[in-house]
Amino acid sequence: MKYWQPMHELAICQALIDEVAALARTAHASSITDVYVSVGPLSGVECSLMRNTFPVAGAGTVVSEATLHLQQTPVRIRCEDCAAETEVAANRLICGRCGNWRTHLIGGDELLLQRVVMQTHRPRRE
Amino acid sequence: MCDSCGCNLTQSNRHLVAADGHLAHTSSGTESVEVLKGLLDANDLQAKHNREHFDQHQVFVVNLMSSPGAGKTSLLEATIDALAGDLNMAVIEGDLETENDAMRIRDKGIAAIQICTGSACHLDAHMVHTALHELALDELDILFIENVGNLVCPASFDLGQHRNVTLLSSPEGDDKPAKYPVMFRAADLLLITKSDLIEVLGDFDPERAGSYLRRLANPAPVLALSARNGAGMHAWLDWIREGIELHTHSHSHGVGD
Repeated sequence: MKYWQPMHELAICQALIDEVAALARTAHASSITDVYVSVGPLSGVECSLMRNTFPVAGAGTVVSEATLHLQQTPVRIRCEDCAAETEVAANRLICGRCGNWRTHLIGGDELLLQRVVMQTHRPRRE
Repeated sequence: MCDSCGCNLTQSNRHLVAADGHLAHTSSGTESVEVLKGLLDANDLQAKHNREHFDQHQVFVVNLMSSPGAGKTSLLEATIDALAGDLNMAVIEGDLETENDAMRIRDKGIAAIQICTGSACHLDAHMVHTALHELALDELDILFIENVGNLVCPASFDLGQHRNVTLLSSPEGDDKPAKYPVMFRAADLLLITKSDLIEVLGDFDPERAGSYLRRLANPAPVLALSARNGAGMHAWLDWIREGIELHTHSHSHGVGD
């Protein structure tokens, strides 16, 4: 068995493009102009690699002219003891109020296709 | 996650798609479609399917992740030696190239399927699905998946395993959990390997490694062992037996009812 993916951001870009292409087909879109993705620091995806990979993975597809907008979301946790919700660094998920390490993540590991902007008809020439 | 009910919306991303949010505007002549779909959904769906396979056949599946050279294959060899005759085991090996690791396992008389990922940095659920159909799952108690040596990418891909074990070899340094939070947050067990070298190194503190793990809000147990001299192997083997017992118990309840 052989598989070719130099980094996992490429695999993720391919999944993104498949998803957008399916949406474009359903909507009979002539082109895609913008793709909005939100990326949490704990999703394991590096935004700069996504940005560099997207045009390569998208060449010759419906997203070849599209702009990829990556929105980095903050890491937020809720303390199991004092219930405080705080924004923290990705490698320090301890309560910002009481210092307890027993917390759970309420945001920051998402990897979501949020919104796609598409042309559903060709713009008129001026 | 699902893409229809809005459960993907979290406190940190909700504002993006609110009426006046950054992502809500559209310009004339275009259509803006709100999607809210996880980009790993296809993988996660396949992983769920794999897990159903494993549960159906009552196989306990452990995903081993670490840097290259942390001792995953050596750990498996020592584990096979200790458990042969007691448990039926098999291994799925992920490497960029070569069948070397699979051959080392087969030399022990254990079935091993090698997945050569080419230049891919991780295993995904589809690759594991292809491999699992080459195994006689009915005969197995436990399947080890030895992921590609990499502390970054494998953490993002669910394979359908029941437990993640992350190895940290003592020469790598005790602050690895702070440097690679995505990987160590995913661990159900942190195994400090090459414990026989801790004395020689002098600057590796297992407790410090454990405290970095807690800072990731991870309650996973921390065990230290040496596959070479056998120190600490008992606790690891007990962890495996306990995992199999719990898994079999919870599954047979579901079937019997």
